[in-house]
Amino acid sequence: MKTAVIVFPGSNCDRDMAVALERVTGRAPAMVWHRETGLPDGIDFIALPGGFSYGDYLRSGAMAARSPILRSVADAAARGVPVLGVCNGFQVLTEAGLLPGALMRNAGLNFVCRTVPLTVENSQSLFTAGYNAGETIDIPVAHHDGNYFADAATLDRIEGEGRVAFRYADGVNGSARNIAGVLNDAGNVLGMMPHPERAIDAAHGGTDGLRLFEAALGVLA
Amino acid sequence: MKVQVYVTLKPGVLDPQGKAIHHALEGLGFGGVSDVRAGRFIELEVADGVSDADLDAMCAKLLANTVIENYRIERA
Repeated sequence: MKTAVIVFPGSNCDRDMAVALERVTGRAPAMVWHRETGLPDGIDFIALPGGFSYGDYLRSGAMAARSPILRSVADAAARGVPVLGVCNGFQVLTEAGLLPGALMRNAGLNFVCRTVPLTVENSQSLFTAGYNAGETIDIPVAHHDGNYFADAATLDRIEGEGRVAFRYADGVNGSARNIAGVLNDAGNVLGMMPHPERAIDAAHGGTDGLRLFEAALGVLA
Repeated sequence: MKVQVYVTLKPGVLDPQGKAIHHALEGLGFGGVSDVRAGRFIELEVADGVSDADLDAMCAKLLANTVIENYRIERA
């Protein structure tokens, strides 16, 4: 299992993501700089980490979504390679058009940084197969622009197609229909604002994020 | 030549920053403001040969996120 973490100027959760991937696969991921025009051969899983790529200039994730490596990420996603975008990575995926909707400034205008309960909506995806539908899991959030927006028709469609992976159990940031994580239509791209890579070690307060990586990386016991 | 691009939130998209500005105006004692919407202004210096279609593509592909924003282009 070969994994890759895409690193942008301003990424700050890339090493946490690398630790999570190595914990689960036993192998350090390739750290791929945004200026690269291709991914290493044989990558089986791609992660876009949290942070503030390009200083959030223009809009969160907007510049990163137009960086050279994103073309390779989009190509890989189209081939079915699993792609996980967390926090800023989710913003990048929406800006790149790989996921529907947009992430706007939190409704309360505050940066929200705490562990929140999430409801698992879809336990059939490759990322969420380690959870039970309806289960509540505790995952940290840390974001300023996590207010998910899409028009009503898009929201109805993604809900109807089972593409809402996670919802906030309580209101966190004003997201439409409390959506915290969204899948693409093929189910191999997941964007989520909460940070599963920050919930893989009991010493850090919880391990509810670990099952996402175990499921997605095919090592679920 | 100068080109000015105005990026604004689509009607119906909640604008928490506009709301905060509105509250701040009220706090300063300015009454009579019923709503505030915040947007972005971008000024480009472009060659004369840049077409309207090029400018439109710049807005649609990068300067605005058309999921949530509208844009208006003015040649100065």
